[in-house]
Amino acid sequence: MVKIEILGPGCPRCQSLEANARQAVEELGIDAEVVKITEMGKIMAYGVMSTPGVVINGEVKGSGRLFSVEEIKEMLQGLS
Amino acid sequence: MMLKIFTILADLVTYRWLGMTPGTHLGEALHFFVEDTVKIFFLLVTIIFAVAVVRSFFPPERTRRFLSDKKLWAAHVLAALLGVVTPFCSCSACPLFIGFVEAGIPLGVTFSFLISSPMVNEVALVLLFGLFGWKIAALYLCTGLLIAVIAGMIIGRLNMERFVADYVWQIRMGEAEIPSMTWRERIEYAKGYVKEILSKIWLYVLGGIAVGALVHGYVPQDFLLRYAGPSNPVAVPVAVALGVPLYSNAAGVIPIVQALMDKGLPLGTTLAFMMAVTALSFPEMVILSQVLKRPLIAAFVGVVSVSIIVVGYIFNAVM
Repeated sequence: MVKIEILGPGCPRCQSLEANARQAVEELGIDAEVVKITEMGKIMAYGVMSTPGVVINGEVKGSGRLFSVEEIKEMLQGLS
Repeated sequence: MMLKIFTILADLVTYRWLGMTPGTHLGEALHFFVEDTVKIFFLLVTIIFAVAVVRSFFPPERTRRFLSDKKLWAAHVLAALLGVVTPFCSCSACPLFIGFVEAGIPLGVTFSFLISSPMVNEVALVLLFGLFGWKIAALYLCTGLLIAVIAGMIIGRLNMERFVADYVWQIRMGEAEIPSMTWRERIEYAKGYVKEILSKIWLYVLGGIAVGALVHGYVPQDFLLRYAGPSNPVAVPVAVALGVPLYSNAAGVIPIVQALMDKGLPLGTTLAFMMAVTALSFPEMVILSQVLKRPLIAAFVGVVSVSIIVVGYIFNAVM
Protein backbone atom coordinates (compact mmCIF):
# COMPACT_ATOMS: atom_id res chain seq x y z
CA MET A 1 0.00 0.00 0.00
CA VAL A 2 1.26 3.48 -0.85
CA LYS A 3 1.83 5.78 2.12
CA ILE A 4 1.34 9.48 1.50
CA GLU A 5 2.31 11.96 4.20
CA ILE A 6 1.32 15.60 4.01
CA LEU A 7 3.64 17.78 6.06
CA GLY A 8 2.30 20.98 7.53
CA PRO A 9 1.56 22.68 10.84
CA GLY A 10 -2.05 23.35 9.97
CA CYS A 11 -2.35 26.42 7.80
CA PRO A 12 -4.96 26.59 4.99
CA ARG A 13 -2.41 25.61 2.34
CA CYS A 14 -1.52 22.32 4.01
CA GLN A 15 -5.18 21.49 4.45
CA SER A 16 -5.81 22.12 0.74
CA LEU A 17 -2.82 19.96 -0.09
CA GLU A 18 -4.23 17.12 1.97
CA ALA A 19 -7.55 17.47 0.17
CA ASN A 20 -5.80 17.45 -3.20
CA ALA A 21 -3.86 14.34 -2.22
CA ARG A 22 -7.01 12.50 -1.21
CA GLN A 23 -8.66 13.48 -4.45
CA ALA A 24 -5.66 12.32 -6.46
CA VAL A 25 -5.76 8.94 -4.72
CA GLU A 26 -9.47 8.63 -5.43
CA GLU A 27 -9.14 9.55 -9.06
CA LEU A 28 -6.33 7.08 -9.62
CA GLY A 29 -8.14 4.39 -7.67
CA ILE A 30 -4.99 3.15 -5.99
CA ASP A 31 -4.60 1.58 -2.58
CA ALA A 32 -3.10 4.42 -0.56
CA GLU A 33 -3.31 6.00 2.87
CA VAL A 34 -3.03 9.75 3.37
CA VAL A 35 -1.64 10.92 6.70
CA LYS A 36 -1.24 14.48 7.91
CA ILE A 37 1.95 15.22 9.83
CA THR A 38 1.82 18.37 11.97
CA GLU A 39 4.56 17.65 14.47
CA MET A 40 7.58 19.87 13.87
CA GLY A 41 10.16 17.21 14.71
CA LYS A 42 8.79 14.79 12.12
CA ILE A 43 8.50 17.50 9.47
CA MET A 44 12.09 18.58 10.01
CA ALA A 45 13.32 14.99 9.96
CA TYR A 46 12.37 14.91 6.30
CA GLY A 47 14.51 17.97 5.66
CA VAL A 48 11.55 20.13 4.73
CA MET A 49 11.71 23.78 5.74
CA SER A 50 9.01 25.35 3.64
CA THR A 51 5.76 23.65 4.35
CA PRO A 52 3.56 22.20 2.98
CA GLY A 53 5.34 19.09 1.82
CA VAL A 54 4.43 15.82 0.12
CA VAL A 55 6.15 12.60 1.16
CA ILE A 56 5.40 9.34 -0.64
CA ASN A 57 6.65 6.04 0.82
CA GLY A 58 9.16 7.94 2.93
CA GLU A 59 10.59 10.02 0.11
CA VAL A 60 10.04 13.78 -0.20
CA LYS A 61 8.39 14.40 -3.56
CA GLY A 62 7.83 18.11 -3.24
CA SER A 63 7.70 21.02 -0.84
CA GLY A 64 7.11 24.73 -0.58
CA ARG A 65 3.84 25.14 -2.41
CA LEU A 66 0.35 23.82 -2.92
CA PHE A 67 0.55 21.03 -5.46
CA SER A 68 -2.49 20.48 -7.66
CA VAL A 69 -4.38 17.21 -7.92
CA GLU A 70 -2.75 16.68 -11.34
CA GLU A 71 0.75 17.18 -9.96
CA ILE A 72 0.15 14.75 -7.10
CA LYS A 73 -1.19 12.20 -9.56
CA GLU A 74 2.01 12.55 -11.57
CA MET A 75 4.04 11.96 -8.40
CA LEU A 76 2.02 8.82 -7.66
CA GLN A 77 2.22 7.51 -11.20
CA GLY A 78 5.97 8.04 -11.26
CA LEU A 79 6.47 5.40 -8.58
CA SER A 80 8.24 2.27 -9.77
CA MET B 1 6.38 58.51 -15.94
CA MET B 2 4.63 55.53 -17.43
CA LEU B 3 2.27 55.44 -14.47
CA LYS B 4 0.62 58.65 -15.71
CA ILE B 5 -1.82 56.44 -17.54
CA PHE B 6 -3.57 55.65 -14.29
CA THR B 7 -4.10 59.33 -13.54
CA ILE B 8 -5.54 59.83 -16.99
CA LEU B 9 -7.81 56.84 -16.53
CA ALA B 10 -8.97 58.14 -13.17
CA ASP B 11 -9.58 61.58 -14.67
CA LEU B 12 -11.72 59.98 -17.32
CA VAL B 13 -13.77 57.91 -14.95
CA THR B 14 -14.21 60.48 -12.19
CA TYR B 15 -14.59 63.72 -14.08
CA ARG B 16 -16.09 62.64 -17.42
CA TRP B 17 -18.12 59.52 -16.77
CA LEU B 18 -19.21 60.28 -13.23
CA GLY B 19 -19.31 64.02 -13.74
CA MET B 20 -17.46 64.98 -10.55
CA THR B 21 -15.86 68.39 -10.20
CA PRO B 22 -12.13 68.51 -9.52
CA GLY B 23 -11.27 70.12 -6.22
CA THR B 24 -14.43 69.09 -4.39
CA HIS B 25 -14.04 66.71 -1.42
CA LEU B 26 -16.00 63.90 -3.02
CA GLY B 27 -14.42 64.44 -6.41
CA GLU B 28 -10.91 64.26 -5.01
CA ALA B 29 -11.69 61.24 -2.84
CA LEU B 30 -13.25 59.35 -5.72
CA HIS B 31 -10.40 60.19 -8.09
CA PHE B 32 -7.87 58.92 -5.55
CA PHE B 33 -9.86 55.73 -5.11
CA VAL B 34 -10.17 54.94 -8.81
CA GLU B 35 -6.59 55.79 -9.66
CA ASP B 36 -5.05 53.93 -6.78
CA THR B 37 -7.22 50.83 -7.11
CA VAL B 38 -6.40 50.25 -10.75
CA LYS B 39 -2.76 51.23 -10.41
CA ILE B 40 -2.11 49.16 -7.33
CA PHE B 41 -3.76 45.97 -8.55
CA PHE B 42 -1.97 46.23 -11.88
CA LEU B 43 1.37 46.67 -10.11
CA LEU B 44 0.64 43.90 -7.64
CA VAL B 45 -0.15 41.31 -10.28
CA THR B 46 2.80 42.02 -12.55
CA ILE B 47 5.50 42.50 -9.98
CA ILE B 48 4.43 39.76 -7.57
CA PHE B 49 4.51 37.35 -10.49
CA ALA B 50 8.01 38.44 -11.49
CA VAL B 51 9.25 38.32 -7.92
CA ALA B 52 7.76 34.87 -7.37
CA VAL B 53 9.77 33.59 -10.32
CA VAL B 54 12.93 35.10 -8.82
CA ARG B 55 12.09 33.59 -5.47
CA SER B 56 11.69 30.14 -6.95
CA PHE B 57 15.47 30.16 -7.29
CA PHE B 58 15.96 30.66 -3.56
CA PRO B 59 14.39 27.83 -1.61
CA PRO B 60 15.00 28.18 2.15
CA GLU B 61 16.87 24.87 2.18
CA ARG B 62 19.50 26.41 -0.06
CA THR B 63 19.69 29.57 2.07
CA ARG B 64 20.14 27.44 5.16
CA ARG B 65 23.05 25.54 3.70
CA PHE B 66 24.57 28.74 2.36
CA LEU B 67 24.44 30.63 5.64
CA SER B 68 25.66 27.78 7.83
CA ASP B 69 29.34 28.37 7.25
CA LYS B 70 29.71 32.11 6.82
CA LYS B 71 31.64 34.49 9.08
CA LEU B 72 29.39 36.39 11.47
CA TRP B 73 29.47 39.87 9.90
CA ALA B 74 28.94 38.54 6.42
CA ALA B 75 26.31 36.10 7.64
CA HIS B 76 24.15 38.92 9.04
CA VAL B 77 24.28 40.90 5.82
CA LEU B 78 23.67 37.83 3.68
CA ALA B 79 20.83 36.71 5.91
CA ALA B 80 19.14 40.09 5.57
CA LEU B 81 19.58 40.09 1.79
CA LEU B 82 18.40 36.53 1.45
CA GLY B 83 15.40 37.29 3.64
CA VAL B 84 14.18 39.59 0.91
CA VAL B 85 14.31 36.97 -1.85
CA THR B 86 13.50 33.80 0.04
CA PRO B 87 9.80 33.08 0.02
CA PHE B 88 8.39 33.48 3.48
CA CYS B 89 5.01 32.43 4.71
CA SER B 90 4.19 32.79 8.39
CA CYS B 91 3.34 29.12 8.62
CA SER B 92 6.90 28.23 7.70
CA ALA B 93 8.34 30.63 10.26
CA CYS B 94 8.80 27.79 12.72
CA PRO B 95 10.32 25.07 10.50
CA LEU B 96 12.52 27.75 9.04
CA PHE B 97 13.71 28.96 12.44
CA ILE B 98 14.33 25.41 13.61
CA GLY B 99 16.15 24.54 10.40
CA PHE B 100 18.49 27.51 10.69
CA VAL B 101 19.23 26.90 14.35
CA GLU B 102 19.80 23.20 13.74
CA ALA B 103 22.30 23.97 10.98
CA GLY B 104 24.37 25.93 13.46
CA ILE B 105 23.42 29.33 12.12
CA PRO B 106 23.84 31.82 15.01
CA LEU B 107 20.64 33.07 16.61
CA GLY B 108 21.29 36.69 15.66
CA VAL B 109 21.78 35.79 12.01
CA THR B 110 18.51 33.88 12.00
CA PHE B 111 16.82 36.97 13.37
CA SER B 112 18.33 39.16 10.67
CA PHE B 113 16.60 36.86 8.23
CA LEU B 114 13.33 36.87 10.18
CA ILE B 115 13.30 40.64 10.30
CA SER B 116 14.00 41.39 6.67
CA SER B 117 11.77 38.66 5.30
CA PRO B 118 8.36 40.06 6.19
CA MET B 119 9.39 43.73 6.28
CA VAL B 120 11.25 44.10 3.02
CA ASN B 121 8.74 42.23 0.96
CA GLU B 122 7.95 42.74 -2.66
CA VAL B 123 4.44 43.97 -2.03
CA ALA B 124 5.72 46.85 0.06
CA LEU B 125 8.42 47.71 -2.46
CA VAL B 126 6.06 47.54 -5.41
CA LEU B 127 3.53 49.79 -3.78
CA LEU B 128 6.12 52.27 -2.60
CA PHE B 129 7.56 52.39 -6.09
CA GLY B 130 4.16 52.82 -7.66
CA LEU B 131 2.95 55.49 -5.29
CA PHE B 132 6.07 57.36 -4.28
CA GLY B 133 8.66 56.64 -6.90
CA TRP B 134 11.81 54.58 -6.93
CA LYS B 135 13.79 56.76 -4.52
CA ILE B 136 11.46 56.07 -1.61
CA ALA B 137 11.26 52.41 -2.51
CA ALA B 138 15.07 52.22 -2.53
CA LEU B 139 15.20 54.05 0.79
CA TYR B 140 12.81 51.59 2.34
CA LEU B 141 14.83 48.69 0.98
CA CYS B 142 18.13 50.00 2.32
CA THR B 143 16.90 51.03 5.74
CA GLY B 144 15.00 47.76 6.04
CA LEU B 145 18.18 45.80 5.38
CA LEU B 146 20.15 48.00 7.76
CA ILE B 147 17.66 47.44 10.54
CA ALA B 148 17.64 43.70 9.86
CA VAL B 149 21.43 43.52 10.11
CA ILE B 150 21.83 45.76 13.15
CA ALA B 151 18.86 44.48 15.13
CA GLY B 152 19.95 40.93 14.35
CA MET B 153 23.45 41.67 15.62
CA ILE B 154 22.15 43.23 18.82
CA ILE B 155 19.91 40.26 19.50
CA GLY B 156 22.85 37.97 18.81
CA ARG B 157 24.95 39.86 21.36
CA LEU B 158 22.27 39.44 24.01
CA ASN B 159 23.10 35.72 24.16
CA MET B 160 19.54 34.64 24.64
CA GLU B 161 19.97 31.12 23.33
CA ARG B 162 18.46 29.74 26.52
CA PHE B 163 15.16 31.40 25.58
CA VAL B 164 14.66 29.26 22.54
CA ALA B 165 12.19 26.45 23.24
CA ASP B 166 14.11 23.44 24.53
CA TYR B 167 12.83 20.92 22.01
CA VAL B 168 14.29 22.96 19.17
CA TRP B 169 17.84 22.03 20.16
CA GLN B 170 16.95 18.34 20.07
CA ILE B 171 15.65 18.28 16.55
CA ARG B 172 17.80 16.74 13.89
CA MET B 173 16.92 17.88 10.42
CA GLY B 174 17.07 15.42 7.60
CA GLU B 175 19.11 16.17 4.52
CA ALA B 176 16.62 16.14 1.71
CA GLU B 177 17.56 17.22 -1.78
CA ILE B 178 17.36 20.97 -2.21
CA PRO B 179 14.20 21.47 -4.25
CA SER B 180 14.65 22.74 -7.76
CA MET B 181 12.05 23.51 -10.39
CA THR B 182 11.63 23.38 -14.11
CA TRP B 183 10.44 26.54 -15.85
CA ARG B 184 6.97 25.11 -16.19
CA GLU B 185 6.92 24.52 -12.44
CA ARG B 186 8.22 28.02 -11.74
CA ILE B 187 5.40 29.58 -13.78
CA GLU B 188 2.86 27.40 -11.97
CA TYR B 189 4.37 28.39 -8.67
CA ALA B 190 4.32 32.09 -9.57
CA LYS B 191 0.70 31.94 -10.72
CA GLY B 192 -0.30 30.18 -7.53
CA TYR B 193 1.66 32.67 -5.48
CA VAL B 194 -0.03 35.69 -7.12
CA LYS B 195 -3.47 34.15 -6.60
CA GLU B 196 -2.69 33.36 -3.01
CA ILE B 197 -1.32 36.79 -2.15
CA LEU B 198 -4.12 38.63 -3.91
CA SER B 199 -6.79 36.54 -2.25
CA LYS B 200 -5.25 37.37 1.11
CA ILE B 201 -4.82 41.08 0.62
CA TRP B 202 -7.38 42.40 -1.85
CA LEU B 203 -9.82 43.40 0.83
CA TYR B 204 -7.09 45.11 2.85
CA VAL B 205 -5.95 46.95 -0.26
CA LEU B 206 -9.43 48.20 -1.08
CA GLY B 207 -9.97 49.14 2.56
CA GLY B 208 -6.65 50.93 2.72
CA ILE B 209 -7.34 52.79 -0.49
CA ALA B 210 -10.80 53.76 0.74
CA VAL B 211 -9.38 55.18 3.97
CA GLY B 212 -6.64 56.90 1.98
CA ALA B 213 -9.22 58.34 -0.37
CA LEU B 214 -11.20 59.77 2.53
CA VAL B 215 -8.10 61.27 4.07
CA HIS B 216 -7.10 62.68 0.72
CA GLY B 217 -10.47 64.21 0.01
CA TYR B 218 -11.57 65.39 3.40
CA VAL B 219 -8.64 66.04 5.72
CA PRO B 220 -7.41 69.62 5.46
CA GLN B 221 -4.07 70.21 3.78
CA ASP B 222 -1.15 70.28 6.21
CA PHE B 223 -3.33 69.02 9.03
CA LEU B 224 -0.78 66.41 9.98
CA LEU B 225 2.02 68.85 9.54
CA ARG B 226 0.62 70.81 12.44
CA TYR B 227 -0.05 67.89 14.80
CA ALA B 228 2.39 65.18 13.81
CA GLY B 229 4.98 67.21 12.02
CA PRO B 230 8.56 68.10 12.89
CA SER B 231 7.45 70.16 15.88
CA ASN B 232 6.03 67.07 17.59
CA PRO B 233 8.87 65.10 19.17
CA VAL B 234 6.86 62.02 20.08
CA ALA B 235 5.26 61.50 16.68
CA VAL B 236 7.78 58.80 15.71
CA PRO B 237 7.45 56.57 18.79
CA VAL B 238 3.69 56.97 18.66
CA ALA B 239 3.63 55.93 15.02
CA VAL B 240 5.75 52.88 15.82
CA ALA B 241 3.67 51.99 18.87
CA LEU B 242 0.57 52.10 16.67
CA GLY B 243 2.18 50.10 13.92
CA VAL B 244 3.74 47.22 15.85
CA PRO B 245 0.63 45.28 16.89
CA LEU B 246 -1.28 46.11 13.76
CA TYR B 247 -1.92 43.10 11.66
CA SER B 248 -1.75 44.37 8.18
CA ASN B 249 0.18 43.60 5.14
CA ALA B 250 1.95 46.44 3.44
CA ALA B 251 -0.75 46.54 0.80
CA GLY B 252 -3.40 47.80 3.14
CA VAL B 253 -1.29 50.34 4.92
CA ILE B 254 0.52 52.04 2.09
CA PRO B 255 -2.46 53.71 0.44
CA ILE B 256 -3.31 55.22 3.82
CA VAL B 257 0.28 56.25 4.30
CA GLN B 258 0.27 57.93 0.90
CA ALA B 259 -2.68 60.06 1.86
CA LEU B 260 -1.18 60.86 5.26
CA MET B 261 2.04 62.04 3.69
CA ASP B 262 0.05 64.25 1.39
CA LYS B 263 -1.38 65.92 4.45
CA GLY B 264 2.00 66.62 5.92
CA LEU B 265 3.19 63.51 7.77
CA PRO B 266 6.97 63.68 7.59
CA LEU B 267 8.88 61.04 5.66
CA GLY B 268 10.70 59.58 8.67
CA THR B 269 7.51 59.13 10.66
CA THR B 270 5.83 57.56 7.64
CA LEU B 271 8.62 55.06 7.03
CA ALA B 272 8.74 54.21 10.72
CA PHE B 273 5.03 53.51 10.77
CA MET B 274 5.20 51.29 7.71
CA MET B 275 8.13 49.32 8.97
CA ALA B 276 6.49 48.84 12.35
CA VAL B 277 3.38 47.47 10.68
CA THR B 278 5.19 45.05 8.38
CA ALA B 279 8.15 43.91 10.46
CA LEU B 280 6.22 42.87 13.53
CA SER B 281 2.73 41.60 13.92
CA PHE B 282 0.74 40.02 16.66
CA PRO B 283 -0.11 36.84 14.70
CA GLU B 284 3.53 36.32 13.82
CA MET B 285 4.52 36.57 17.48
CA VAL B 286 1.87 34.01 18.33
CA ILE B 287 3.31 31.62 15.78
CA LEU B 288 6.87 32.24 16.91
CA SER B 289 5.89 31.54 20.51
CA GLN B 290 6.00 27.89 19.48
CA VAL B 291 9.76 28.15 19.20
CA LEU B 292 10.67 31.19 21.27
CA LYS B 293 10.13 31.83 24.95
CA ARG B 294 8.58 35.13 26.06
CA PRO B 295 11.78 36.99 27.02
CA LEU B 296 13.24 36.38 23.59
CA ILE B 297 10.07 37.47 21.82
CA ALA B 298 10.07 40.59 23.97
CA ALA B 299 13.70 41.25 23.08
CA PHE B 300 12.90 40.72 19.40
CA VAL B 301 10.01 43.19 19.47
CA GLY B 302 11.94 45.66 21.61
CA VAL B 303 15.14 45.77 19.59
CA VAL B 304 13.33 46.02 16.28
CA SER B 305 10.97 48.74 17.54
CA VAL B 306 13.81 50.84 18.89
CA SER B 307 15.77 50.44 15.66
CA ILE B 308 12.77 51.61 13.67
CA ILE B 309 12.23 54.59 15.94
CA VAL B 310 15.85 55.63 15.60
CA VAL B 311 15.66 55.37 11.82
CA GLY B 312 12.47 57.44 11.88
CA TYR B 313 14.12 60.24 13.81
CA ILE B 314 17.19 60.23 11.63
CA PHE B 315 15.15 60.57 8.49
CA ASN B 316 13.03 63.36 9.87
CA ALA B 317 16.18 65.20 10.82
CA VAL B 318 17.97 64.60 7.55
CA MET B 319 15.24 64.90 4.93
